[in-house]
Amino acid sequence: MTTTSRLGIEATDVRRARTLASEVGQPIVDLARQHTTVSVERATLRLAGLAGADPDGTPWVNRLADVVRADTGLEHGVALPVWDAMVRGEAEDLMTLAQKAAAGSVTFRLPEGQDAVAARAAARSSVGAGIARVDRQRAAREQMIATVGDAPRKPWIYLIVATGDIHEDIPQAQAAAREGADVIAVIRSTGQSLLDFVPEGATREGFAGTYATQENFRLMRAALDETSRELGRYVRLTNYASGLCMPEIAALAGLERLDMMLNDSMYGILFRDINPIRTFVDQRFSRQVHARAGIIINTGEDNYLTTADAVEAAHTVTTSQLLNEFFAKEAGLEDWQLGLGHAFEIDPEVPDSFRLELAHAMLARELFPDAPLKWMPPTRHMTGDIFRGYLLDGFFNLVGALTGQGILLVGMMTEAVVTPWISDRDLALQNVRYVMNAAGRLHEDFHPAPDGFIADRARHVLGEAIGLLEQIRDDTDESGDPPLLAAIADGTFGLMKRPADKGRGLDGVARKAPGYYNPATEVLDGENLDGES
Amino acid sequence: MSDPTDQPRSGSADQPRSGQIVRPYGDTTGDGMVQLSFTLPIEHSKVAEGAAEQLANKMGMDPALVVHAKPMGQGFTFFVVYGRVSHLVDTSKVEVVERDFPLLTPKEANAAIKQSLRRRLVVVGACIGTDAHTVGIDAILNIKGFAGEKGLEYYREIKVVNLGAQVSVPELVEAARTERADAVLVSQVVTQRDAHLLNTREMSAAFREAYPAASRPLLVVGGPRFNEGMAAELGVDRVFSRGTTPGEVASYLVHRATHGRDGAPQSTSSILAAPKEKAS
Repeated sequence: MTTTSRLGIEATDVRRARTLASEVGQPIVDLARQHTTVSVERATLRLAGLAGADPDGTPWVNRLADVVRADTGLEHGVALPVWDAMVRGEAEDLMTLAQKAAAGSVTFRLPEGQDAVAARAAARSSVGAGIARVDRQRAAREQMIATVGDAPRKPWIYLIVATGDIHEDIPQAQAAAREGADVIAVIRSTGQSLLDFVPEGATREGFAGTYATQENFRLMRAALDETSRELGRYVRLTNYASGLCMPEIAALAGLERLDMMLNDSMYGILFRDINPIRTFVDQRFSRQVHARAGIIINTGEDNYLTTADAVEAAHTVTTSQLLNEFFAKEAGLEDWQLGLGHAFEIDPEVPDSFRLELAHAMLARELFPDAPLKWMPPTRHMTGDIFRGYLLDGFFNLVGALTGQGILLVGMMTEAVVTPWISDRDLALQNVRYVMNAAGRLHEDFHPAPDGFIADRARHVLGEAIGLLEQIRDDTDESGDPPLLAAIADGTFGLMKRPADKGRGLDGVARKAPGYYNPATEVLDGENLDGES
Repeated sequence: MSDPTDQPRSGSADQPRSGQIVRPYGDTTGDGMVQLSFTLPIEHSKVAEGAAEQLANKMGMDPALVVHAKPMGQGFTFFVVYGRVSHLVDTSKVEVVERDFPLLTPKEANAAIKQSLRRRLVVVGACIGTDAHTVGIDAILNIKGFAGEKGLEYYREIKVVNLGAQVSVPELVEAARTERADAVLVSQVVTQRDAHLLNTREMSAAFREAYPAASRPLLVVGGPRFNEGMAAELGVDRVFSRGTTPGEVASYLVHRATHGRDGAPQSTSSILAAPKEKAS
């Protein structure tokens, strides 16, 4: 596939696109390495085993991190002050320390000399235990796949549950798995991405989704383990590492053996107005955790097409995929972990809409031959005419079959009407099965004419993506920010102008001071360097 | 499929007033044919098919033809039923609640603002009081939107200032002044001890104090427990309830902003500002 292009794409163009993506991405990585955030620090505490919340529902990681920040600042990281207090014998465990801190009976300091050495060693051992648990969970996944079996075919069938109540989600997820789902995604409650804390415990009330909490993760994974054994195939679980608590949710996903996480490099900036620096710092940490945990990420390119015209904006998807790939690899993720996103969102009234969709999907497949790719069904042009919607979903499935998509989010004919009924899900799966049965290997025969409409279109979109990457690389602003930040600030991506000094969560960002220490990033960065050698 | 308005005239000419008597149309005038699909929580069997027919009969389909029955998951069966209904529909007796503003697409909304205001429409949004649930306000304002519709941030001609959660009323008034807001959107989810109503009244009173009626921004509140008929009582211009989409809010704002500033609520029973309420 890489040697001869079915679309007549020049290898030099592909190299050029990747080089540009790394030129645009590298300054952002440098920036991310120079900063930390409250959520990265709290994720570190979570890896060290601090869980639970005070009677008001504020997690202990927030309470502890807030006090440490007030005493010593964020710029040194919380690890040194926290484990210095532990070494000094302020408390037997982190939970007690957090409680004392919240009550105002501990004062934190930045240890120096031998005290710093001792604190660092204690922190490393404590956080190392959490990373070891992430490693064990990864091994447990591999073990379970080896013993019960894997999903029998590609694409993996991806279904969503979203009742708001974890105890209602569980039977629905198990039923969906029995009906044929290989991947279950639990949609999060609307607005969780803007909470600067991770809710605690099993939750029974959400808005159009269920809160991502450690306990909800644990309950759902345990239930799906049971169903996996029953079905003789490992059923994967998906959630969302996005929003203000992205690093913490990534850590919880690693600790509780989630298998896929939605995790996009720019989604939070563009669509949730989260501060760009906060996002990029949190992104890097969360991707490093995912890399370590063997979690497959799903990126969010479909969102570009739901806000802009899917034909005009096709190249923004390619551009974002290239950037997501760069950031992912830099963080240690491998090709098999890159569920790069794209979607079937062209207005069906546009002439040749199917050929355009096919061209875009083939382009993604050619550019990323070893990535699973996440193929998202139509949403924008689902009108409530369920009969027409069912046909559209069939064509979506056909493109999926023709282009070897790895992860297929099953489209529902009742999109935009109701949350899927049992019959909607069953009919949707019948649709997928019919197409895969009838045309699953059509890609073996299908070679678009080298100068035909589809190949031309694919080359054109790649050309536009290269043009956009060049434009981003050459972007500047007054404060001399990295070009990608300048581009995000001046509205290069759609209508959204997101300056680097604005947006939610900015007050939770700090530039690292000399001597900053974080045992989690120490391990994760080390991992990364090993991987590169 | 024929245009639904293109109904064949009913054979019974006994009610020739403004309405029309119609019955469903399959392929022959007056055949009354409808289709229906549903799931019953029982295993597929002859009994299950009989049960589906019985349900259809009870719903008024006679005869009812179960054309498809398929097991779905454990203990569920899906049915497709065709059949005849004998009901007549009198269109003169149809009651509809009309929206008092037209629904606009983002494009139309932008064009209307551009044409009549010649500047961007400024919207300030917040959750007031101790309410930390920004779900509602974010669903309406964030570009991400809600129910497949993009939020107000998506509208080129609308400037959105989202203050987030736990904003005090004085802060909100101050922000509205600084931003020269055309409209203030407040979301209230928490309803303990009627907090949503109290907060809203406090907010509308403060705006009446702070602004002359003619230049006061439009006050809009929303939340799942509000009743849309409460606007006057709460001293606001409009209340939106559960399920409201960004497009509806945008359409309302554009309609009010571009159709003159008779911005006062219909009722003048508002305690604080009644004397000032002279529409300009």
